[in-house]
Amino acid sequence: MTSPISDSENWQPSELERRRRAERQRKTQKNVLIAGISSVLVLGTFSIILVNSPGWISLRDTFFKWAYGVEVLPKVILGFTTNITLTLIAGSSVALLGLLLALVRTSRSPALTPFRFLATIYVDVFRGIPMILVILLIGFGIPALQIPGVTNEVLILGTIAVIITYTAYVAEVLRSGILTVHPSQRAAARSLGLSHFQTLRHVVLPQAIKRVTPPLLNDLVALIKDTGLISILGVTDAVRAAQIQTAKSFNYTPYVMAALLFLAVTIPLTRYTDRILRRSMERQNAQGLT
Amino acid sequence: MSDFKNVKSRKRPIALVALALAALFLSSCSSSSEDAAAPAEGCVAGELATVEAGALIIATGEPAYYPWVIDDAPESGQGFEAAIAYAVAEKLGYGKDAVKWIRSTFDGAIAPGPKDFDFNLQQYSITTERAEVVDFSSPYYKANQAIVSFKGSKLDGVTDLAGITAAGAKLGAAVSTTSLDVIESQLGLKASVFNDNAGGVTALKNKQIDGLVVDLPTAFYLSAVEIDNGIIVGQIDGSDAGDSGFGLLLAKDSPITGCVTDAVDALTSDGTIAAITQEWLANTAGAPVLK
Repeated sequence: MTSPISDSENWQPSELERRRRAERQRKTQKNVLIAGISSVLVLGTFSIILVNSPGWISLRDTFFKWAYGVEVLPKVILGFTTNITLTLIAGSSVALLGLLLALVRTSRSPALTPFRFLATIYVDVFRGIPMILVILLIGFGIPALQIPGVTNEVLILGTIAVIITYTAYVAEVLRSGILTVHPSQRAAARSLGLSHFQTLRHVVLPQAIKRVTPPLLNDLVALIKDTGLISILGVTDAVRAAQIQTAKSFNYTPYVMAALLFLAVTIPLTRYTDRILRRSMERQNAQGLT
Repeated sequence: MSDFKNVKSRKRPIALVALALAALFLSSCSSSSEDAAAPAEGCVAGELATVEAGALIIATGEPAYYPWVIDDAPESGQGFEAAIAYAVAEKLGYGKDAVKWIRSTFDGAIAPGPKDFDFNLQQYSITTERAEVVDFSSPYYKANQAIVSFKGSKLDGVTDLAGITAAGAKLGAAVSTTSLDVIESQLGLKASVFNDNAGGVTALKNKQIDGLVVDLPTAFYLSAVEIDNGIIVGQIDGSDAGDSGFGLLLAKDSPITGCVTDAVDALTSDGTIAAITQEWLANTAGAPVLK
């Protein structure tokens, strides 16, 4: 067996290929150089304009006084735990309820007609009204009714209000995902003998959720920040904790510290989701690229 | 040597002119301070370096609350802070017509950069920390903090500060207030923090908190008007200690800070501020003091 290709011991790229490679390498080096110069120029110009603007010192002292930021950080972190706890509770509830709502809205069973109708009204209403009103209505409105046995604990009521609003958003995202799955997929699954539920579970939802993962992540990040809106009920979250400190000193650095905490959670979350998504795409396309 | 002498002799006329000018300036000042308008010393009445020449732009919150401003209409001069603002304006040589009102948020007023008002009053407490970022006039009012509650609450019948902790009461306050500081620093309790007093009042009505801490004049208003069966549990003794009082807020290094402070001081010493306090905040005496 002496095929010319498998005889790799003495194989060398042709003269032409070597020239191609050299040319490619040269181009890459040139591009890196241009990108570097351009970045330095643009960022440099921005920093020079920033640092030389007349109010830079006062802006720096007002927003980026790090020593003060470190001093107030423990209080802001304490507030931030509220955001995280609420996000975990509200996020998981929203995922379940949103999925349920999306399934109801996309189902075609005649028995579910009244529920479809109600689900549509629910989404229309709660997606449209400002969340702050929902929070006030639930957080202050329900205790005002003075129904015996109903809690007036603002943390619980506030979380319920957040869940109500976000379920409406997430249901729509999931519904749009479900609608992107081509009917032939269902038909194929059913013809293979899968039940309606099995089709949903193994064919429709995996494809649907994968496609809407980026917008779902959007909603999750927005949720982390919006949980802070329940501070209107008297709960201290990261932003409120920062506001309290700012009110004492008239210095905005605490807000910047709160922003850093949010970033510390949302950036890794985004990167992680991106990676999962890329992997699943690779898996999906593993057998034959068309 | 002769060169040195020359220089000296040439300098002398300049010094003389400067002296003459200074004398002129001083005499013009003293003569104007004898006028009926009586502006603060060193400040020319009605011609301060204000944001808009010939006018005095005064900012307050939106909405502005009773008893500080009546009916959210500072232009009427009705209400404690509205009256103070017009008194200061008059002292500075600006008549009622020269005063313009604008509204500002708490954050808008403290943001760095140029301001669109000459001074801002919405019960800003003077602290040294804040004074690094903005200018304050001398104080025009100093209030004790008081606890508002309702009949039958955990705080009903409490007569001292230890009783508040013993009752296990949950206290609330609005953000950016001395009231909040008093709960956390002086009483050592964890406060429920609201955007404004309106939020705190709602929570109190719903019994989600047991007491709301506000300054004493506001406490009288809330307990009498806003809250059903409202009571003032009492003033918190010494709660004004860490507080230098309410000051007029000006931009950092504003050219008119000195003049405004002089005007407030003059109004304090001639009894005008006491009269305004008597007119608008007279009913604040008589709340029990919690020690």
